[in-house]
Amino acid sequence: MAEVEIREENKVHARPRLITDTVMHYCPGCSHGTVHNLIAEVIDEMGLEDKAVGISPVGCAVFAYNYIDVDWVEAAHGRACAVATAVKRLHPNNMVFTYQGDGDLTAIGAGETIHAAARGENIVTIFINNSIYGMTGGQMSPTTLLGMRTATTPAGRDAALNGFPYKIMDMLTHLDGATYLTRQSVHTPAAVRKCKKAISKAFENAMAGNGYSMVEVVASCNSGWKLSPVEANRWMEENVMPNYVMGDVKCSTLPK
Amino acid sequence: MAEKDVRLMKGNEVIAHAAVHCGCDGYFGYPITPQSEVMETLMELRPWESTGMVVLQAESEIASINMVYGGAATGKKIMTSSSSPGVSLMSEGLSYIAACELPCLVVNCQRGGPGLGTIQPSQGDYMQACKGGGHGDYHLIVLAPSSVQEMYDFVGLSFDIAFKHRNPVMLLADGAIGQMMEKVVFSEQKPRLTDEEVAEQQKAWAATGKGQRGKSNVVTSLYLNPEELEGLNNRLQEKYNRIKAEEARWEEFMCDDAEYVLVAFGSSARICSAVVEQAREEGIKLGLMRPITLWPFPEKPLADMAARGVKGFMSVEMNAGQMVEDVRLAVEGKAAVEHYGRTGGVIFTPDEVLEALKNNLIK
Repeated sequence: MAEVEIREENKVHARPRLITDTVMHYCPGCSHGTVHNLIAEVIDEMGLEDKAVGISPVGCAVFAYNYIDVDWVEAAHGRACAVATAVKRLHPNNMVFTYQGDGDLTAIGAGETIHAAARGENIVTIFINNSIYGMTGGQMSPTTLLGMRTATTPAGRDAALNGFPYKIMDMLTHLDGATYLTRQSVHTPAAVRKCKKAISKAFENAMAGNGYSMVEVVASCNSGWKLSPVEANRWMEENVMPNYVMGDVKCSTLPK
Repeated sequence: MAEKDVRLMKGNEVIAHAAVHCGCDGYFGYPITPQSEVMETLMELRPWESTGMVVLQAESEIASINMVYGGAATGKKIMTSSSSPGVSLMSEGLSYIAACELPCLVVNCQRGGPGLGTIQPSQGDYMQACKGGGHGDYHLIVLAPSSVQEMYDFVGLSFDIAFKHRNPVMLLADGAIGQMMEKVVFSEQKPRLTDEEVAEQQKAWAATGKGQRGKSNVVTSLYLNPEELEGLNNRLQEKYNRIKAEEARWEEFMCDDAEYVLVAFGSSARICSAVVEQAREEGIKLGLMRPITLWPFPEKPLADMAARGVKGFMSVEMNAGQMVEDVRLAVEGKAAVEHYGRTGGVIFTPDEVLEALKNNLIK
């Protein structure tokens, strides 16, 4: 393809400086790439490149460390918030964040997440909630909706057989240590802009020493959902988003 | 010369003092009998006000070992302590730590198993500590203290060895040494390294934030390309061979003219030194070989003893026969090797060990 010259005044977006040129392994249409870009932009704009330490999960985003050019520690499945707790306590001036999916965070990592939030650790969790285990091939996760078909709920999730889904962010609102909880999405340009503001606010909250923050991104997994990217976003708007209150769920300060 | 700082303390308490004195940066733990005094003592000492050491009570052993992983990934001196069932929960994390070649210290103050078992002392975790526990081909370096003084001295020593080889170290104690009070001589306070010193010393790998380094560091154990993962394994095996050559430690007691030799570590070795004295009074030429490192296992002294004509060895352990396998491997069939042990938290007496020696080996 011929090089196209884009005049500066016409440029609306460029690859963020802290996104490496490694080819991303994410499926076309996946939300991860968009959220990675936002994190890279926020770290750059806040001048946190030298202080940022990311904790990557087990799941599709395990390779986040190949894409965002800051220091990373890859955690065992579900343990990101415990790993982040230690990094932040030993380096209180660093910006420490975890990046986790719904399997890693709400299933195997629920305990570590709840306790890090309860203690009021000054870390940020970016929680990509696409209602499914992406990397292992589309199995049911705790956030899979009732009726939703997955590899382990081929007839649709049935409460009697598979249990009810749960919303970890709603549970976290009761914890004194969790001070900024917000639910976002990245399926439209407007949503992307809002999500970026939320990530900035969460990072500011952590750097101010005001306790635990979580940015939940209600996301699509078109491969896992067996839909095209456009259909997946539409299905998410019609079926997933009505189940969630979007926007800031909690903004508070740590109790004295 | 300044007067020595001598105290009377429990083994578990001195672990906490030793951690502070050797400049440890962080302790993450979870209560479990018989080692809870480690964290309790640290909370009394309040080292965050003196040296700046971080101390945190985690929500589980799984969280504690992953906090150790996170802290160690930033190049700092990090430790935890637990007892047998808790260490089982840590096994996954230990495999990750070994794979990422992170230096750290894990103290296991063993209790009887399997299962919930008992809170009484045991040496039933020898296999778990020395042969794996977690998944994959990895090794911890395992030190076995047999006195309260060694509980103290081995904390600093463990960190030195851990950082020398970038490998996790386990201090394999037991409930008896943890709970027992003995005289201990304290060392001088070593200062903790500053963040800048850590970032500089470990700049090749530690995730401290890019800072002035210019390039990012990633701590991970994921290698989807088989050749790459085999490369990591080959590097690890080379390192383990180096550790075997450099770090084996042991102590011999009356072995020079011995016809029979007891092999025992930790609490068992204390009992066995009494057995040696008793046997000598009866005219039996008995010696004691005490492995101080369990991994690497000190094979050479046993092989040498077998080669020079020691008639038999008895591995005396508070378990159903674990270290005895390593004794057999070292002796290579050149002499008889027997095992004597008690389980369940039962501690043998010198009399019963001597009796077993006569029945099993001397005959």
